[in-house]
Amino acid sequence: MIAEIGHFALILAFLLALVQGILPMIGAARGEPALMATARPAAIVQFVLVAIAFLALGHAFVVSDFSVELVARHSHTLKPLLYKVTGVWANHEGSMVLWVLILTLFGAMIAGLGDNLPATLRARVLAVHGLVAAGFFAFILFTSNPFLRLAPAPVEGQGLNPLLQDPGLAFHPPFLYLGYVGFSISFSFAVAALIEGRVDPAWARWVRPWTLLAWCALTVGIALGSWWAYYELGWGGWWFWDPVENASFMPWLAGTALLHSAIVVEKRDALKGWTVLLAILTFGLALLGTFLVRSGVLTSVHAFATDPGRGVFILFLLVLIVGGALALYAIRAPGLRGGGLFAPISREGALVLNNLLLTTAAAVVLLGTLYPLILDALGGGKVSVGPPFFEATFVPVMVPLLVACTIGATLAWKRGDLSGVLSRLGIAAAVAVAATIAVAWSAGGGDLLAAFGLGLAAWLFVGALAELAARIGIFRLAPGAVLRRAAGLPRSAWGMTVAHAGLGIVVAGVTASSAWQTERILSMQPGDAAELAGYRLVFRGVAETAGPNYRAVTGRFELERGGRALAVLRPEKRSYPAEKSETTEAAIHTTWLADIYAVLGERASSGAWTARLYHNPLVPWIWIGAVVMAAGGAVSLTDRRLRVGAPRPARAGKAGEAGARRWRRGGAAPAGGGGGGAAGAGA
Amino acid sequence: MAGPRLSTIVPVAAFAALAAVFAVYLYQIGTGEKDAAAVPSALIGKPAPAFDLPPIEGMAGGLGTADLKGEAALVNVFASWCPPCRQEHPLLMRLARAGVPVYGINIKDEPAAARAFLDRLGNPYRRIGADRSGRVAIDWGVYGYPETFVLDRSGRIRYKHIGPILAHDLETRILPLLEELGR
Repeated sequence: MIAEIGHFALILAFLLALVQGILPMIGAARGEPALMATARPAAIVQFVLVAIAFLALGHAFVVSDFSVELVARHSHTLKPLLYKVTGVWANHEGSMVLWVLILTLFGAMIAGLGDNLPATLRARVLAVHGLVAAGFFAFILFTSNPFLRLAPAPVEGQGLNPLLQDPGLAFHPPFLYLGYVGFSISFSFAVAALIEGRVDPAWARWVRPWTLLAWCALTVGIALGSWWAYYELGWGGWWFWDPVENASFMPWLAGTALLHSAIVVEKRDALKGWTVLLAILTFGLALLGTFLVRSGVLTSVHAFATDPGRGVFILFLLVLIVGGALALYAIRAPGLRGGGLFAPISREGALVLNNLLLTTAAAVVLLGTLYPLILDALGGGKVSVGPPFFEATFVPVMVPLLVACTIGATLAWKRGDLSGVLSRLGIAAAVAVAATIAVAWSAGGGDLLAAFGLGLAAWLFVGALAELAARIGIFRLAPGAVLRRAAGLPRSAWGMTVAHAGLGIVVAGVTASSAWQTERILSMQPGDAAELAGYRLVFRGVAETAGPNYRAVTGRFELERGGRALAVLRPEKRSYPAEKSETTEAAIHTTWLADIYAVLGERASSGAWTARLYHNPLVPWIWIGAVVMAAGGAVSLTDRRLRVGAPRPARAGKAGEAGARRWRRGGAAPAGGGGGGAAGAGA
Repeated sequence: MAGPRLSTIVPVAAFAALAAVFAVYLYQIGTGEKDAAAVPSALIGKPAPAFDLPPIEGMAGGLGTADLKGEAALVNVFASWCPPCRQEHPLLMRLARAGVPVYGINIKDEPAAARAFLDRLGNPYRRIGADRSGRVAIDWGVYGYPETFVLDRSGRIRYKHIGPILAHDLETRILPLLEELGR
């Protein structure tokens, strides 16, 4: 009965989404407030309905109602409660319900918080959002119904893939979907702006927080996924350029570009058409990822159980949503005029460069991901594009981006002064060069690329801090004045500093762990010892252990350095009887400067065990840096100027004037935010 | 009002081309011409691993390597606890009625549950071996349930299907292959 309520709620939500997609759109075109007013209640009630459906499905999982086929296929009575709950979205159908839950939550938030949006823009944004939601509801109801019953109900479920029974992965999908779906808001705003025929700084101030929120969530989501791959797959690696990883990385790259170009729209009333296009492409890439992962056109360790019927449906959605938006863009974008030219040496000039490089990077990843598929479709046979391609193409695009990042962040708007910037960044440049030389020296002259990578990391990190120091006047002003300046600095400026410093930390982790990983694969008898990058690991044999729904063989490795015991590593091989599969659990000891990573392999007939031991220098910095980046985004999100619902400047003219083509230059000055012009504050 | 410009048409044109490639590829997958997931089994072209399994307790038969020679046949790995096995069951029944030899390996199953499963849904299998430990399935390289193997007259494995057989797999892959092998 409860499952049927959930199913019914989804059907109602679908119908409501159609209403929300059509009536407000007509109302906005005709200027009828009554029709436009339907959007807000429709969005809010829709969220309530989806929440009911989600809870109904969650209930079926928690009480192990195996008469629901999805539960029977993906759950088990012995599974710990946490994984019964996360099992809801650890499968195709349930994850789509989570997707629409987040989608409708954001729709309800726009409806609830959007008091200060012009009525027609709000109606159109919600209408576009409703149409997108309707597409997903139709997809769920017609191809992926999670509430299908199974008669007779099996006594026991098949369990959840043990690889997914893991805290890192349990929360990976919700963050990813928060990211993807957050970009759908930017998309709805972009399409609504194209319909309205108007993009202005106020529009950008509305889009920025949603993009930022989505970006933060996606950053955390990708980091969690990569962390999971690192400790759960037991290969010692953290990124494999797997199509599914790329599917989440491409919207991240495009979303990062969007984040930066929206600043230019806001501050300089320029780059409008480009920003709208980026908003469409970012969500388009998120949808493309969904298509690739769920349609069966790609193979990947991460892919969902697939079905060509679903692939056709998602392709249809992709064509309607992204194709429709791009067609609208082709027609309307030429009317979007920017605020004039600007100098190459300026903050906005640097942001254009940032956008060019980030979109190039996204294009490179897209090409590498789709090339095997396109070749196979055109009869060119099977190829696989692996890490060498991505390393050879992605890294060269990233290097200029990272070099320019620190300089661009220090440039002033409109007319930058390169010599002034260089004098501010003198310390960062000196540290970067010193780091490069020191690393190259200590590595014996070899591996200059890695030395350069660490120099780049220092450049980003120190550069971000140096820029901040210059703005608040450290070394120049009295402590009191410095504190006052620090307090007066907009949160968005703090956010930028933190995020760019986080990027530096990530770059250091990526460089060092790629360049200096040590791997040893050994056959070890109990009592044997292995040397690893200055550490010593003594194998003390294995023991049988048991978990709530698995049995395990646990190895014991004593980690010592210079005769001093540091830790005991206990890698496991788990065997899940319900799921009839096995997993390896790596044991990791981290010093925060490096990880010692041990995996227990197979047992040979001689009684020896295969052990794979890794020393991964700086690898924890990758995730620390990613979290710092996301924290930077969160700090920026608290900026008064960006806070959802913050007061905006009064608009000139009536917003409802349909077809208005007053491509005004920003007119009103940006509201609020202590100090205004970002880089100017410290100059 | 400004009309469309080349620069604003490029994105939609590029997208249309990409969507067309996707459509073609999905169509090719749909007709069975292409298979993104084609992970060839190491056993393809090799003789089926030697085994000899007892029948499900309380039933006649049992299944061994010797039973699989002389005629092209299907070997289906199934269990009563596996919902996708129920899903494909009607197709196996159809095949059996059409005279295709279908053999079963019943894996990690309780005899009573397996018998009840066959009583209720029908028994398409000529002979069934009960693999209660899952040992034989490992030799066959089974890693998902159900799995179905197509064997030729000499008992060599010619094709392996992972997951439930759908009508379309039957029509585009399995039946043509059986036809080719001359049953």
